[in-house]
Amino acid sequence: MPVKVIIPTPLRVFAAKRDSAEFPAETVGEALGKLTVEFVELRKHLYTDEGKLRSFVNVYLNDEDIRYLGKEETPTKDGDIVSIVPSIAGGRS
Amino acid sequence: MATKTQTVDVKAQFTGLSKDEILRYSRHLIMPEVGMDGQLKLKNSKVLLIGTGGLGAPLGLYLAAAGVGKLGLVDFDVVDSTNLQRQVTFGAQDVGTPKTLAAKNRLSSLNSDIEIRTYETKLESSNALELFKDYDFIVDGTDNFPTRYLVNDACILLGKQNVYGSIFRFEGQVTVFGAPDGPCYRCLYPEPPPPGLVPSCAEGGVLGVLPGIVGSIQAMETIKLIIGRGDSLAGRLLLFDALGMKFRELKLRKNPDCPVCGKNPTITKLIDYYEFCGVRGEEAPASNVQVPEITPRELKSRLDRGDDLFILDVREPHEYQICNLNGHLIPLGDLTRRVHELDSSKEIVAHCRSGKRSADAVDFLRKSGFRKILNLKGGILAWSDEVDPSVPKY
Repeated sequence: MPVKVIIPTPLRVFAAKRDSAEFPAETVGEALGKLTVEFVELRKHLYTDEGKLRSFVNVYLNDEDIRYLGKEETPTKDGDIVSIVPSIAGGRS
Repeated sequence: MATKTQTVDVKAQFTGLSKDEILRYSRHLIMPEVGMDGQLKLKNSKVLLIGTGGLGAPLGLYLAAAGVGKLGLVDFDVVDSTNLQRQVTFGAQDVGTPKTLAAKNRLSSLNSDIEIRTYETKLESSNALELFKDYDFIVDGTDNFPTRYLVNDACILLGKQNVYGSIFRFEGQVTVFGAPDGPCYRCLYPEPPPPGLVPSCAEGGVLGVLPGIVGSIQAMETIKLIIGRGDSLAGRLLLFDALGMKFRELKLRKNPDCPVCGKNPTITKLIDYYEFCGVRGEEAPASNVQVPEITPRELKSRLDRGDDLFILDVREPHEYQICNLNGHLIPLGDLTRRVHELDSSKEIVAHCRSGKRSADAVDFLRKSGFRKILNLKGGILAWSDEVDPSVPKY
């Protein structure tokens, strides 16, 4: 079973309206890389021009922030869930 | 029955709750988790709500109903009819009334025993600390990044907890920031997204019940913090997906290098949050691009003249159903893929709802070699205002 990447609502428009996608991957970075190959439009929303993950996009492996694991090199195993959690601001209006 | 009342009266003398209050809060009082002790804590508590809109509605209603002694309401907005789909404190009669005033009227009629202070002002770096200092807890129900960072930093500087909730279409996030040793908003998101990179009006909208659910969770967390019971969401980010009806929980950690709550903070006073978030003025522009424009009136006279103009509508199909100018529909997100449907030798006028998405479309098409392309200034909203009022606005 591959790794499941959960695509958050604000980014689904760049991912053919999909809410998740599955890829065989050894690391979190590999799963995200495959995601942005399948959905090219997503790339600029997740990565800077220099190829670094954007600071307002948090990535979780299961329930843990990858910044506190091995970042993008964090190894994954079958059945893991990678979540992209962007900041959203709505509420008042 | 008489004996029971007598007992209650005696108890009231010792507790500071009136007989009427005891009756009103009886469902709290008979719960050991709240009880008289918790109800008095609620009565003596002061909570400041930032925003009286979608999240602020259930927050205000439940906190007032629960007997929070002092509620502060901060909002500079006026009720309009598009608010009524979700901002359940307001009624149709409130359209045109300042939100703080309309909310105060509603909450006072719900519970006249509590104090409600209104601040009909925009929360700014210049007034935030002064506003916050009299309150025990701050509840963030705002709708923009500059205010989110401002609320966070002001709370950290004052050592106050911030009950945070945010929503987007059918997804919500809730947590508590600024708990002792807990993370803050900047630990989670050190920087805001640059304007325009996160989809705005193109993918905007919100399912009306969603702020009701998220705001109710914030109200629950606020009450737990006040009465000191249960496990707060501090250190946990609750994600709610209303379509899948799923709750998930992620761990939030305090960042030792956080610029505001870390070991060596570099932010020790409030800053300019509009500049920090890369925006100036009232609203974060969805697009900063400058493109050639045509006004609705110019477009109308050219169409009347019989000019051969190709109208390109870059909104979503569900928006097209609401109203349209008989244009060719290619949603902005599909434009790259469907650009071959356009004839670059023809003059094209692109439009969306307000002119922002179509500005991005025009910018993209110009970069793709289209020379004769104009953006309809103000979108179909301006068309409705200036040319054809029968076109509904949404």
